[in-house]
Amino acid sequence: MSLDKATVARIAALARIKVADADLDKMVGELGAILTWIEQLNEVDTKGVEPMASTVAMELHQRDDVVTDGGYAAKILANASEPVARGEGGFFTVPKVVE
Amino acid sequence: MSDPAFLGLAEAAELIRAKKLSPVEYAQALFARIERRDAAYNCFIALTPERALKSARDAETEIMAGRWRGPLHGIPYALKDIIDVAGLPTTAHSKILADNVAQQDAPAAARMVAAGGVLLGKLATHEFAIGGPSFDLPWPPARNPWNRNCIPGGSTSGGAAGLAAGFFPATLGSDTGGSIRNPASFCGITGMKPTYGRVSRRGVVPLAFSLDHVGPLTRNVRDNALLLQVIAGHDPQDPASADRPVPDYAADLDRGVKGLKVGVIRHFYAQDLKRGAPEQVAAIETAVTMLADRGARISEIALPPLADFNACGQVILAAEAYSVHEAWLKERPQDYGARGRERLLAGATLRVADYLRATRWRRTLCEAAAAAFKDIDVAITATSVDPACRFDDTATLAAIYGRQVLMPFNVTGQPALSVPAGFSKDGLPLSVQFVGHPFAEATVYRVAQAYEAASGWADRHPPDLAV
Repeated sequence: MSLDKATVARIAALARIKVADADLDKMVGELGAILTWIEQLNEVDTKGVEPMASTVAMELHQRDDVVTDGGYAAKILANASEPVARGEGGFFTVPKVVE
Repeated sequence: MSDPAFLGLAEAAELIRAKKLSPVEYAQALFARIERRDAAYNCFIALTPERALKSARDAETEIMAGRWRGPLHGIPYALKDIIDVAGLPTTAHSKILADNVAQQDAPAAARMVAAGGVLLGKLATHEFAIGGPSFDLPWPPARNPWNRNCIPGGSTSGGAAGLAAGFFPATLGSDTGGSIRNPASFCGITGMKPTYGRVSRRGVVPLAFSLDHVGPLTRNVRDNALLLQVIAGHDPQDPASADRPVPDYAADLDRGVKGLKVGVIRHFYAQDLKRGAPEQVAAIETAVTMLADRGARISEIALPPLADFNACGQVILAAEAYSVHEAWLKERPQDYGARGRERLLAGATLRVADYLRATRWRRTLCEAAAAAFKDIDVAITATSVDPACRFDDTATLAAIYGRQVLMPFNVTGQPALSVPAGFSKDGLPLSVQFVGHPFAEATVYRVAQAYEAASGWADRHPPDLAV
């Protein structure tokens, strides 16, 4: 498919981009190239093919499975009020709620 | 000290390690050469002598104290001016970014610093790594040291030309549709587009997200392997970066090709592209014979036609590049050079459906390529079918960037290396391209090294630049 300058000017207006008159001739060539690629694209059967987002199979980066926080039960228990806190072995102690 | 202009990275590293070459004197000698000669080639956009001499002095002090960091320690290098270095402008060779000062180093640049390299300056490119040589930008286009009336190729034009001119032994470029391999081919040097995701692209001005690669350019294969070693690795902040171990790229370099399976992709340069320079086609066939003589098992393989890869890749490139540039194209179109503006504006006409159709086609092309590579270790094909043309040969210039075997491996993301393969009758460099499986750069280097050793085409220098 070939384009003329008027068509290119109209496409530019529709795409809301300014193209100087001096650039129109060269844009005819650039757009012509793109249309050729699109024509090729339209001939390809992509039925049932998923888009390809990345050429290299990616796995989400995972951090090492190690404990990086914790080990300060006393500090946490310090926030609890007497007599709830101060349970044995670094646990909260709460009143019995079921019989 | 003899003139270190054409010392290779590995060679210079040995001398520096043995305290026979001073990093300070090395950098000073190259600056003097650049000062004397770059006006003819326009490789540099900016020089950074103060920073370089400080890095060189630091390297010298450390090495004298016995703290040698590795092959890049004290080695001068330069960067394509789309790669961020904290405190320096990253202009992308464009008026649009003339005042854009980088806040932090791109990870690839930071790795060069950590390895002890000495940054000499920032290098010319095609504007925003697209288009071609332009004379309406704030800086002139780089010229080919083999004939300054000829283009050096691009977009890593200053990098390839600077290596050929003996201005530095190592540089980094980017490759979205061939921008490392094409100038490597035209300037007679060695350029690797690594696997997609192998080198971080963060802090590098994007052209097309899913096709962009950062990679090393040098004057021979061994230097290239050493330089990729420095920049390869995972970057958690680049979403496309691969979290895979980095092998020792130099370990198997000299093991030869005996028993390796090499597939020739002949249709790309003998059928899909017509009327390639006969000596270029002959150079590839000679390379195939040399590898066969050294024990490689040769077969011919077929991929989908080159035009399919080009159409698919160019639609993706045009759409992604337009998404990067849309705001500037609307607000400041006059600040682009004509060539870059025309190329980038064309992307405005693409529809979402076209883009997605291209990404679906891309999957079928990648599957076809993977199937073709199933029974081989490395493929050999052309990089370009023509040597460089003259700036004033507008007809050839308009066609030459389309007469390359580059886009297939941006589409598939496979590693691809262009190496020198002799000269045309006019004395311009020829080339050959080796392509590997994803993340198998080491095997690509091994085959290329065997070819380089057999052919002797690396480390040739333009006659009038010999001193």
